[in-house]
Amino acid sequence: MAVGKEIRTKIASIKNTQKITRAMEMVAASKMRKTKDRMQATRPYAKKMAQIIKHLAQANPEYKHPFLVKRDVKRVGLIVVSSDRGLCGGLNSNLFRKSLGLLTQWQQDGVEVDVCTIGTKAASFFSGLKHAKLVGQAGKLGDAPHLSDIIGIIKIMLDAFAENRIDELHVISNEFVNTMTQRPTAEKLLPVAADEIAGELGGHWDYLYEPDAKEVLDHLLTRYIEAIVYQGLVENNACEQAARMVAMKGASDNAGKLIKELQLVYNKARQAAITQEISEIVAGAAAV
Amino acid sequence: MTMTVHVDIVSAEKEIFSGLAEMLFAPAELGEVGISPRHAPFITKLNPGEVRVKVSDKEQYPFFISGGILEVQPHLVTVLADTAIRAKDIDEAAAMEAKARAEEALADRSGKIDYESAHAQLLQAIMQLRTLDRLRKRGE
Repeated sequence: MAVGKEIRTKIASIKNTQKITRAMEMVAASKMRKTKDRMQATRPYAKKMAQIIKHLAQANPEYKHPFLVKRDVKRVGLIVVSSDRGLCGGLNSNLFRKSLGLLTQWQQDGVEVDVCTIGTKAASFFSGLKHAKLVGQAGKLGDAPHLSDIIGIIKIMLDAFAENRIDELHVISNEFVNTMTQRPTAEKLLPVAADEIAGELGGHWDYLYEPDAKEVLDHLLTRYIEAIVYQGLVENNACEQAARMVAMKGASDNAGKLIKELQLVYNKARQAAITQEISEIVAGAAAV
Repeated sequence: MTMTVHVDIVSAEKEIFSGLAEMLFAPAELGEVGISPRHAPFITKLNPGEVRVKVSDKEQYPFFISGGILEVQPHLVTVLADTAIRAKDIDEAAAMEAKARAEEALADRSGKIDYESAHAQLLQAIMQLRTLDRLRKRGE
């Protein structure tokens, strides 16, 4: 009997897809745990670093490091942290929407933009944009990225800043709120904002530097940028796995619903065919 | 009562020490420094060496760091260590590192297997569909 052959094929293919999405969901769940641990482990360092930089911005140093001085903004640098792989819901598109908002704003202000990307998704997105120049990219860093993987990109941006080619440096990445929520956030890294409220000391004070201010600040500020970008990267990884887990769960559930509906249609068609056959036989017998 | 200062030691991997201490000794680049409570704001690079936290006369915690930054505020001392390990664990350090590397390799490999197995399942599903199609065509 050739009833609903197409339907049966379709059910089988959806079942296979469901198997795959379910497998990916489970993989993402176990990876999320690991990436989340990694993210939480590096958080205190980034936090402390940010705290020191905040203190530093409140000080009144005799030596003004270029990274601490505000300038007129003609060109900005942007570091975008995205995932390498797709199939993770709206994670990357939300991030890109946020960066597009920033880009449009800058465009209206007549500010040009240099972009460095981390992750292949951002690279392919920003290479297609006209009003942003792609100056560096890193990708395929895996689930356990090393700081050394992103040093190249940071060096490009820091050199550009030191040589006055860019006047501000921003980083944009996903913040891990919880498993269900990931929020794209943009942060200004350079120049270090000095307009925070005065610290516990207030007034005029400065650090004692050893061996000297320039060397210490160079070292510290580079470390600061590295730590913040690395934290963004690690956090983005956790976001990716969480988003993928949720997206794949949704896909598996949808596949289940679809199968149920198709099964119903198939059963109805089969029943109709049987009924028709019987009524044909009965009608034939009655005619005899 | 003796004065104390809040000391935080963090490495890139985790928080290592956080609490009140009477004094902190650290290998600054220009020589070892001892930081007492209410020290003037001070910032320096650290050499590889031992950071010692003196909580009381009886209680002292040594940590080994391989470089970093020391920041001093009058009531807060922060050590940003590149890698900080409890000094008594220093013999184990190499072993731990090797183990971590092995675990990383395993984690990496499992990641690949998962992806590959999903891919293999996909291929299998396609092959099954094709065979079914062929069988059906022959049957009718």
